[in-house]
Amino acid sequence: MSQDAFDAPPLSQRPEGLEVPSARPGRSAESRSHRAGAEHQEALGFPSDIPDDWQDRALARMEELLARNRSLRVYLDACVHCGACADKCHFYLGTGDPRNMPVGRQDLMRDVYRRHFTPAGRSFPALVRGRELTWDVLEEWFTYFHQCTQCRRCSVFCPYGIDTAEISMAAREILDATGLGQKYTNEIIGKVHKVGNNLGLPKPALEDTVEGLEEDLKDETGHDIRIPVDEVGADVLLITPSADFFAEPHVDGLMGYAKVFHQAGLSWTLSSYASEAANFAMFMGSYEHMKRIAERIRKAALDLEVKRIVVGECGHAWRVAYSFWNTLAGIGQGADADDEYARALQDQLDRRYPVPQHICEMTRDLVERGAIELDPEANAHHGGVTFHDSCNVARASRMGGYAGGQLEIPRQLLRASVPHFHEMADGTTGDATFCCGGGGGLLTDEVMELRVRGAYPRASALGEVMERQGVQKMAAICAICKTQFAKVLPYYGIPRETVISLHELVGNAVRLDRTEA
Amino acid sequence: MLTATYAVLFYLAAAVLVLGLVARAVRYARTPAPLRVPTTPAPTSRGGAAVRVAGEVALFTSLFRSNKWIWLFGWLFHVALLLVLLRHLRYFLEPIPQWVVWIQPFGVYAAYALAGALLALWARRLLIDRIRYISTASDHLALALLLAIGLTGLAIKHFQPTDIVAVKAFFLGLMRLDWQPLPADPLLLTHLALVAVLMAVFPFSKLLHAVGVLFSPSRNQPDNPRERRHVAPWAAALERDQR
Repeated sequence: MSQDAFDAPPLSQRPEGLEVPSARPGRSAESRSHRAGAEHQEALGFPSDIPDDWQDRALARMEELLARNRSLRVYLDACVHCGACADKCHFYLGTGDPRNMPVGRQDLMRDVYRRHFTPAGRSFPALVRGRELTWDVLEEWFTYFHQCTQCRRCSVFCPYGIDTAEISMAAREILDATGLGQKYTNEIIGKVHKVGNNLGLPKPALEDTVEGLEEDLKDETGHDIRIPVDEVGADVLLITPSADFFAEPHVDGLMGYAKVFHQAGLSWTLSSYASEAANFAMFMGSYEHMKRIAERIRKAALDLEVKRIVVGECGHAWRVAYSFWNTLAGIGQGADADDEYARALQDQLDRRYPVPQHICEMTRDLVERGAIELDPEANAHHGGVTFHDSCNVARASRMGGYAGGQLEIPRQLLRASVPHFHEMADGTTGDATFCCGGGGGLLTDEVMELRVRGAYPRASALGEVMERQGVQKMAAICAICKTQFAKVLPYYGIPRETVISLHELVGNAVRLDRTEA
Repeated sequence: MLTATYAVLFYLAAAVLVLGLVARAVRYARTPAPLRVPTTPAPTSRGGAAVRVAGEVALFTSLFRSNKWIWLFGWLFHVALLLVLLRHLRYFLEPIPQWVVWIQPFGVYAAYALAGALLALWARRLLIDRIRYISTASDHLALALLLAIGLTGLAIKHFQPTDIVAVKAFFLGLMRLDWQPLPADPLLLTHLALVAVLMAVFPFSKLLHAVGVLFSPSRNQPDNPRERRHVAPWAAALERDQR
């Protein structure tokens, strides 16, 4: 990997009020994702090549989406070009390309919508900047709708709540329907459908990996801490991003979960059939593919006869799990009595626990109940620790029984697990958190410059607390954040080891003194 | 002739405005929202979500967090417009309710605030490069139209007072289907024609944000997807077909 084709911007000394770059059109046009090849398109039922009637297909798909998705229609109509969002996207702050302003990105579709679907745009295109959906426009869509991490920061600040994520998802659906899929996302979805996880890791490989981890745990702690796979009748099914099985620093988080389960005496299992929490179909907005992936988890839960479903550390995954699983596959609570499909699973699950439950919710409850004890001194060697709110956890989900629990519960765990916790600058945390720059299907090397520039706001805030507070670690609860930061922080002179799994810290702090049964 | 022209113009404009907005609202309401997408942290109850939307409508809460200048000018403009509209109720109500009498002077101050706020918003659109970049001709025209309405109104008030008794008789006549002559003052006629244009373009322009904000799923949905199963009609059909 060449690291020399570009320079990361110098870190800002004022992360709470980053300077807004002036607009430089085309600045980011070169950062283009690879197009999906024929096999990756076909595997998902999309055209393998550009059909002759691509424009008709694109407009037909757009019309369908407008009819079945209120958010798309309202959001394309409602924008008044006030500019409130213009300085809110990490990619605009990092690149200065006006197509990376949320409104600039949305207008790529809005201009086409006006031209083809509204009276004003059909009659007076020049007045409302209506744009014919030409091939060049579609190419521009491909570039810039794959420069959105669907982090929803713009939506927080928009007076109408317009969410660019909704628009970029729709745009990607339309692109898929015209044969212009994105390789990274589509290839991975194909693997999940076939094997059950993003890595294409089959059951024997998974078992092998897990066995190695159990040995590591034994060496480290002296305890027989298990990571069970496919154990029928276990109480808890853990669905975690497959990166947790091998990537650094993710795998230490998985071992942290295992320590918590072990110490609390919970019976749990992974599933080799549903060995992936991430649901990349959300990135391309496909309800059908999202549903297919979510149904693997439903089937695993039914087959393994579990009572609870817990989800590991992953941001977009937690959004799909928390916000969409109940809708997509009945994995939740409160289905109607005559909803047999959802009832089949919901009646099997233990009603005393939320479905699904985030691993942080589970661990926090165990701490609260006294089932496990945390000793912050166990992490004293890490120095100061800060916390990165993952975008989709902060702005698209919840933990606990009250609004905002998704921001507090991970912090409660961290404060209980480390001796020195420090917040990053105001305006860069909580629901105003800056995305890592790698989510939404952009965690692919061909857009590395974009990823590095997108991380600029977060890196600036992190750099500041490292310098001023002596912070040495930034805990994260998302597989994408962890991979992205480990890769891009070094461009800013911050060691890759700075990013750490929250449950690695929790795992270090758990007092392992349960008497073996 | 003049009276008839303006009478027809206002009937048409009012019809386009009302039918256009109702049609749009019905369309939004009928379009399913298949997934729960509130921007969180979000209220967990319907009542809480209604309060959230009310806050956006009345106080522009998200915009306040976002950008204090846009909030200041945008909010000022909308509140001023509301006051000005309320002041104009005296042309449509007989007898005039006491509170409408009471707000008359505030309506005049509001007209200045309205014009000032529009100029400030326009200046931002012209001077800040990233906002200039996103602006379309219709964005400038909307500001020009509103400003022209405000300025002609002020000019009538201060430079060319019209026979307001006759104006009131005209509008009451419109409502009672008993047309009365409209004074032929150029400023008044300009003011009224521009208002009719604004009413007519409203449902076809970005001014639709007034309806859109009520239907924005990221703001009006309660955050309860784990507790309740929501399935859109087309998604339920998909599920049935699958089995």
